[in-house]
Amino acid sequence: MRFLVIRKADQATEAGVPPTEELLAAMGSYNEEMVKAGVMLSGDGLQPSSKGARVKFSGGKPRVIDGPFTESKELIAGFSILQVDSKEEAIEWVKRWPVIDGDGEVEIEIRRLFELEDFGPSEAIDRMREVGFAKPK
Amino acid sequence: MTVSDTHRAIDAVWRIESARLIAGLARLVGDVGAAEDLAQDALVVALERWPEAGVPDNPGAWLMATAKHRAIDLLRRRSLLQRKHEQLGHELEERQESAVPDLDAALDDHVGDDLLRLMFTACHPLLSTEARVALTLRLVGGLTTEEIARAFLVPAATVAQRIVRAKRTLAEAQVPFEVPRGAELAARLSSVLEVLYLVFNEGYSATAGDDWMRPALCEDALRLGRILAGLAPQEPEVHGLVALMEIQASRSRARLGPSGEPVLLLDQNRARWDQLLIRRGLEALRRAEELGGAEGPYALQAAIAACHARARVAEDTDWRRITALYASLARVAPSPVVELNRAVALSMAYGPAAGLELVDGLTSEPALRTYHLLPAVRGDLLDRLGRWSEARAEFERAAALTRNAREREVLTERAEGCARREAESRRTPAPTGPEA
Amino acid sequence: MRFMLLVKADKDSEAGILPSEKELADMGVYNDELVKAGVMLAGEGLQPSSKGARVKFSGGKRTVVDGPFAESKELVAGFWLIEVKSKEEAIEWVKRVPFAGEAEIEIRQVFEAEDFGPAFTPELREQEERQRAQIAAKKR
Repeated sequence: MRFLVIRKADQATEAGVPPTEELLAAMGSYNEEMVKAGVMLSGDGLQPSSKGARVKFSGGKPRVIDGPFTESKELIAGFSILQVDSKEEAIEWVKRWPVIDGDGEVEIEIRRLFELEDFGPSEAIDRMREVGFAKPK
Repeated sequence: MTVSDTHRAIDAVWRIESARLIAGLARLVGDVGAAEDLAQDALVVALERWPEAGVPDNPGAWLMATAKHRAIDLLRRRSLLQRKHEQLGHELEERQESAVPDLDAALDDHVGDDLLRLMFTACHPLLSTEARVALTLRLVGGLTTEEIARAFLVPAATVAQRIVRAKRTLAEAQVPFEVPRGAELAARLSSVLEVLYLVFNEGYSATAGDDWMRPALCEDALRLGRILAGLAPQEPEVHGLVALMEIQASRSRARLGPSGEPVLLLDQNRARWDQLLIRRGLEALRRAEELGGAEGPYALQAAIAACHARARVAEDTDWRRITALYASLARVAPSPVVELNRAVALSMAYGPAAGLELVDGLTSEPALRTYHLLPAVRGDLLDRLGRWSEARAEFERAAALTRNAREREVLTERAEGCARREAESRRTPAPTGPEA
Repeated sequence: MRFMLLVKADKDSEAGILPSEKELADMGVYNDELVKAGVMLAGEGLQPSSKGARVKFSGGKRTVVDGPFAESKELVAGFWLIEVKSKEEAIEWVKRVPFAGEAEIEIRQVFEAEDFGPAFTPELREQEERQRAQIAAKKR
């Protein structure tokens, strides 16, 4: 099973406050543990929403709105993708998140990824499978 | 949107659409130089109209439609239009408006093929390597002359000249706009792969402190490789090259130390390796192997890179497998550097004496005469065997040969280390024989 | 430059309503375009938040809350990771997503190594050197 782990944004991440060395080191070690355990599929930090944009579709027509976006708690500051055997295992890993992140105040969301098998039989899905889409390893 | 906002958006559209636009036009007019001119003309119109009218919903189609009208004028002027229609099996139409849909239909069927034709043409063996690189990055990569110039640290005027001359060479030789077939395909494909890997290496081996264009070069090479893998999915060496580039690129963040010095693979912090790229690389390698291409040179190099990628820590590296892969590589793509790498792998798998035997055979190799890694490797093996005064001499030789200051420091330190161990051994009774 | 393209959830995605065959086919064509352009790094759909959880760290305490979570517009239903030259190029690609009705996609730039600049201070440098020395020592 694969899970997307989302580190929610806060005022500091949105303000572009750079991580302290301590945090960088702690996150580095944490990521290293997950890599060594073979559960980390990828992971990255996201720049503040001021560097981003939103595209709203209405009647199928897109409209672009530049960041920043004000509601920090809606936003994402980082993510990783884990491959584990259960949601409980994913939660277990997330519980080990470095406590110094966010000065001890941080929210992590865990979401399960769709695998191609989760969809019923479908030509479109077969095509995606052919192209090598969403293959768990 | 401001005018400059629109210009940035147009730049983005150009990056996405230009290669296909040029490719489609090239098939229409039979010449990549003319095709690029037509595409650029369409871009000029876009730059004039879109700031006011907005970027169209389907910008690619807009550009193609605009360019096609001029293309037909061009063909008409060359009196080729009649012949084109005859080729398409249609009666001659006098009016331009009815000419367009026929050509439209012919074009739409062949988008992928046209892009493939463009890649082969841009990498044509008639052109010098620099010309191929410049033309490929420009026509297929959508890079501007300035971007190419910065990437290769040459003046923009030089790049512009290369491109102009390259187009002229192709036009004068009347190089057909086609995908090579049969016996020719392998060699021509090899030329394309060589260009892509050259671009990648230019970005990958960039020394610290350079303009951030260099990692961007790796990205461009990877992007072109992935595009090619989509266009020629049955070619195993394409997947092999993509695999190699994905896995090498996965190490980018770990390759430079805090002071900007290069970090050797075995010393890198593997937590900084990009697992996403590693998985993509392993998948591409699998593809190459499934297609029966496991013994291709790029696939073999990718397989070696994959061995490193799979080892979570350096100690877990499957050196025996790497040694076997180098042996295969030495058969299909022999070179003294491959032999040297094979010697290192041998020593890691079977001990320094095994590696030294192979390296000793390379010391008179002319191609390696000024290659600092030869004495560096030899020095390392001798050091591990306790032959410290010989090791020291090799490290000093290596230090003298390298042009990288930080590397010279490291090699000099190694030489000094050997000198210390030599002195120690004189003071205390030495163990007999090399270390096990 | 890498960008994450986040597709916002809505009540359908949260209700676990799967896309129609046509929607899947259209999305498949779009994904193909990303792959053919060589810019696609990854693309995934997320199951509804009912299959997920949140872990909150606060005041030294850790709380786990199972989904679902009420506020659809805060939630993500899918994402792509793409590698392009500019934010404008990312926007251009997002405009081409085949959404027929109402939808929202957020575009966020991923941190690259060089963004951290000289974050490597003497202390971290020492940590790296020590790690390297340990590895080197093991080789002897």
